[in-house]
Amino acid sequence: MTALADIAQPMSETCSVAERMLKARKTVIWSIVGAGIVLAVLVLAGLGFGAVKISPAESLSIGLAKLGLPTLTDFSTRDDLILSAIRAPRTALGVMAGGALALSGAALQGLFRNPLADPTLIGVSSGAALGAVAVIVLGPPVAALLPPVLQAGLLPVAAFVGGLAAICIVYLIARHDGGTNIATLLLAGAAVTAISGAGIGLFIFLGDDQQIRDINFWLLGSLSGAHWQALAPATLLIGIGMVGVLRFGAALDALSLGEADAHNLGFDPEKLKRRLIVCCALATGAAVSLTGVIGFVGLVTPHIVRMLIGPGHRALLPTSLLLGGALMLAADILSRTVAAPAELPIGIVTAAIGGPFFLWLLLRGRAHGGW
Amino acid sequence: MRRFTRVLIVAHCLGLPLYSLTASAEPAERIVSVGGDVTEILYAIGAGERIIAVDTTSRYPAEATALPNVGYMRRLSAEPILALAPDHIIAVADAGPKDAITILRRAGVRFTEIPDEPTVEGALAKIHAVAVATGQTERGTALAEDTASRVQAALASVPKDQPKPRALFLLSVGRGALMAGGRDSSADAMIKLAGGENIATGFSGYKPFEPEAMLALNPEIIIVTKRTMTALGGVEQMRAQPQFATTKAAATGRIVAFDGALLLGFGARLASAIEMLTAAFYPTAPEVAGKQG
Repeated sequence: MTALADIAQPMSETCSVAERMLKARKTVIWSIVGAGIVLAVLVLAGLGFGAVKISPAESLSIGLAKLGLPTLTDFSTRDDLILSAIRAPRTALGVMAGGALALSGAALQGLFRNPLADPTLIGVSSGAALGAVAVIVLGPPVAALLPPVLQAGLLPVAAFVGGLAAICIVYLIARHDGGTNIATLLLAGAAVTAISGAGIGLFIFLGDDQQIRDINFWLLGSLSGAHWQALAPATLLIGIGMVGVLRFGAALDALSLGEADAHNLGFDPEKLKRRLIVCCALATGAAVSLTGVIGFVGLVTPHIVRMLIGPGHRALLPTSLLLGGALMLAADILSRTVAAPAELPIGIVTAAIGGPFFLWLLLRGRAHGGW
Repeated sequence: MRRFTRVLIVAHCLGLPLYSLTASAEPAERIVSVGGDVTEILYAIGAGERIIAVDTTSRYPAEATALPNVGYMRRLSAEPILALAPDHIIAVADAGPKDAITILRRAGVRFTEIPDEPTVEGALAKIHAVAVATGQTERGTALAEDTASRVQAALASVPKDQPKPRALFLLSVGRGALMAGGRDSSADAMIKLAGGENIATGFSGYKPFEPEAMLALNPEIIIVTKRTMTALGGVEQMRAQPQFATTKAAATGRIVAFDGALLLGFGARLASAIEMLTAAFYPTAPEVAGKQG
């Protein structure tokens, strides 16, 4: 039994309202606990697993040494470096980026009442990609003028600004007479994506062969760009976006009944649209600026979660966040091991697994009479 | 040409004493080589069997392709490289990303960055740097001297009284799309070096080439990579294609194919590349024109 069902179905006589609410709250708590455990296991796997063998005791000792506590065993500086400079920031970025994409996907699917919605649909990813590609091709002379500290930040900042600019354009076009037309918003998203595609194509034309390869890799996504200095500002932006989106669980449940009904239940659909879109843009823009374009996590995770616990947004949103992070880490572990000692771009892994899985979902949905 | 001769003198004078001065470090036993040109030089100076892994651009010699591959040189990932327990990473200057290089440098493994300039001076400096890094100074000096003297001989064979052949370098990427080597490309550097004139001057780097522009520029000789030649179906097929058909190059059959890494690598095989290209530009003996690397 889910939160949505609570609202949509007529009350049965055997079950009181209080019992139903208690049950809904239990669903929320248990799905968060379950997804939290899955995520914790994958975080440990992400930290413990890699090309270099580091035993759990050594890993723990490195962690303890960082906290100034006595250690269990000795460890080499190489292992310390690998754990603290490679695996830890990478795992943190995976959790945040996967969480941001999946949470935004869940919220946008609810907002647009469209099972195909995800952050790429409203132009964030393509705008970010255009910003990043512009820096790859035009950046070197600009970067030369900046102090070294800021040079590394040029690409993520440009990607973030590009993503935000794209969503602003989409939103302004869709806004009319104080209302936001969802169909116009989706079409404007498609148009902005197409324009960004043209821009990316132009930069590919202008770029030399090395820049083109860099562009290719950026467009396929990777968590390997994670380091602590870049993570700090991204964490702030992603955190603000996530907290913002998580507050709208009940409002999204109400909206699933239709805009008029949501209004009658005391939610302002316009305010909801505006705030949700801004929060999703913040979180995904910041995530994509560090990882590049990683497909399917934002699209598929909410569907998996709905299959497991139903469509109520109060449980769906936090569970998607946690499972999105877990899925991203699982994909990253695969991307690090499949082609070792080289690294497969993670976007290939998520698309190779997510694509067929999504098809299976569609076939299954069709067998059950569609969405 | 004068500039080149001067560099040769400098290389000869400085090379020997420099090698013996700096070759003090203990020779590494487990080398990760990043960059096709670096790998070629390592094999050429007898350090090949010490290589434990290469990157995807290392396609020559064939032994290199059998080694573990650490991925594309600009997309290295630090942990798997460290997992191979190397004691020396030798990487061309373009290797990256920066974060991975920083971690590799901090990990306590010896890291040598090899300069990369698409000039004869650059190739000699590259050989020098790799030789010093591996302690193979004698073989390195021999290779550098051999390269320098062969290049000089090849360039001396270029007739001064003839007009420079109007050349065009083409590279096929994907389905039929042809890219030409414009200004500042490695192909441009090679054409000029071997005494030719690059006619693709309207742009820099490698750009898609308009078939009509090809007709308008009318190249006397077309240079392609072997892979491109295969993709286009061979010389006779190329000559028959409308975009080539009316060019001088097609009419006279002067369409030559070289191995891409050999022609544009500016590494251990630079002398062979220049010899073959000058022979193609100024065919004195009929059989050299079609000679392939």
